[in-house]
Amino acid sequence: MASVTHDVVHEAAAESASGPQPYMNPYLAGMGLGLVLLAAFVLVGRGLGASGAFNSTIAWLVSLAAPGYARSNEFLGVYLEDGTHPLKAWLVFEVVGVFAGALLSGLLAGRVARTVEKGPRVSVGGRLAFAFVGGGLMAVGAALGRGCTSGQALSGGSLLNLGSWAFMLCVFGGAYVVAPLFRRQWR
Amino acid sequence: MSAPYYKLGAFGDEASLIVAFLIGIGFGFFLERAGFGSAKKLVSQFYLNDLAVFKVMFTAIVTAMLGVTYLAWAGFLDLSLVYLVPTYWIAQVVGGLLLGVGFVVGGYCPGTSIVSTATGKLDGLVFVVGFAAGTLGFALAFPLVKGLYTAGEIGTKTLPQVLGVPYGVLVFGVVLMAVGGFLGASWIEKKMAAKE
Repeated sequence: MASVTHDVVHEAAAESASGPQPYMNPYLAGMGLGLVLLAAFVLVGRGLGASGAFNSTIAWLVSLAAPGYARSNEFLGVYLEDGTHPLKAWLVFEVVGVFAGALLSGLLAGRVARTVEKGPRVSVGGRLAFAFVGGGLMAVGAALGRGCTSGQALSGGSLLNLGSWAFMLCVFGGAYVVAPLFRRQWR
Repeated sequence: MSAPYYKLGAFGDEASLIVAFLIGIGFGFFLERAGFGSAKKLVSQFYLNDLAVFKVMFTAIVTAMLGVTYLAWAGFLDLSLVYLVPTYWIAQVVGGLLLGVGFVVGGYCPGTSIVSTATGKLDGLVFVVGFAAGTLGFALAFPLVKGLYTAGEIGTKTLPQVLGVPYGVLVFGVVLMAVGGFLGASWIEKKMAAKE
């Protein structure tokens, strides 16, 4: 047991000395993602997602604070079915899996580290403020779009769903239009 | 027809949640492998230095699309039982534009912010909190935004239906578009690298 622990520590030290591993070839990673998505279609008859798990979680939290209001709220009410816990939802379990899978991959590649991702010309506080605001904007976008990059662009895109393709083109369009304005944060 | 298994009753709700967790592990694993836990990597797509977002996304779309098409054609998968989100085109155009802006401002999308948080990035965690706050705000303001939320409702529509093109022809068109896009993306990356 002691030698196993020693080996793990030794490997971790060797990994940090050699730095994180390079990322996977994008076409191979894309094929991996595509096969996972195909598995979801074949096994369950639905695609991947992420924003829906946030909706369930918020519906649950609001129902703890104000049960009557949560049920009467048209947006949250659909996530609050009788007899089942709001967190016992497909996307909530899937997103917990996303966290676990990402952690697993990150650990194997020596890429788990406490950092803040930003360009050299922005402060940590500024970057975190932008992350919060960007997250908030995206929540409104995902609510209106009925999904995000996972549920709409990726899943709906591969099913040739009209709304998903309109949504996806607008995501790229909106991002390219504002990217020059936010160059300072990243480059 | 044997699939989709859950919809055809091969397993129940409880088992479907275990499947959800396992599929999520695969999803998170490949997102992290691709480098999508890093905001700088993701946002490089919009500064044209690294077009991995486009390459990964469209390879995934083409892979899943071809898989679905062939499995349906072989009589294995009943495509009519696979859930399609109904189209509300005005809400989705506005939502897509906002999501694109949020991507550049925040550095992540919902799925990749989970990957980022899992691999220790504080900005990823703050994005998750911001996303939760935005969801709560949207829910509280729902009576005010309901009009926009339901704008442009036209039901469940696919591109082949709207364009009047056979399904297989459109699948082939998307494959051609993706391959053209991949070649173009590599060309742009080379140009940008030469410029720097």
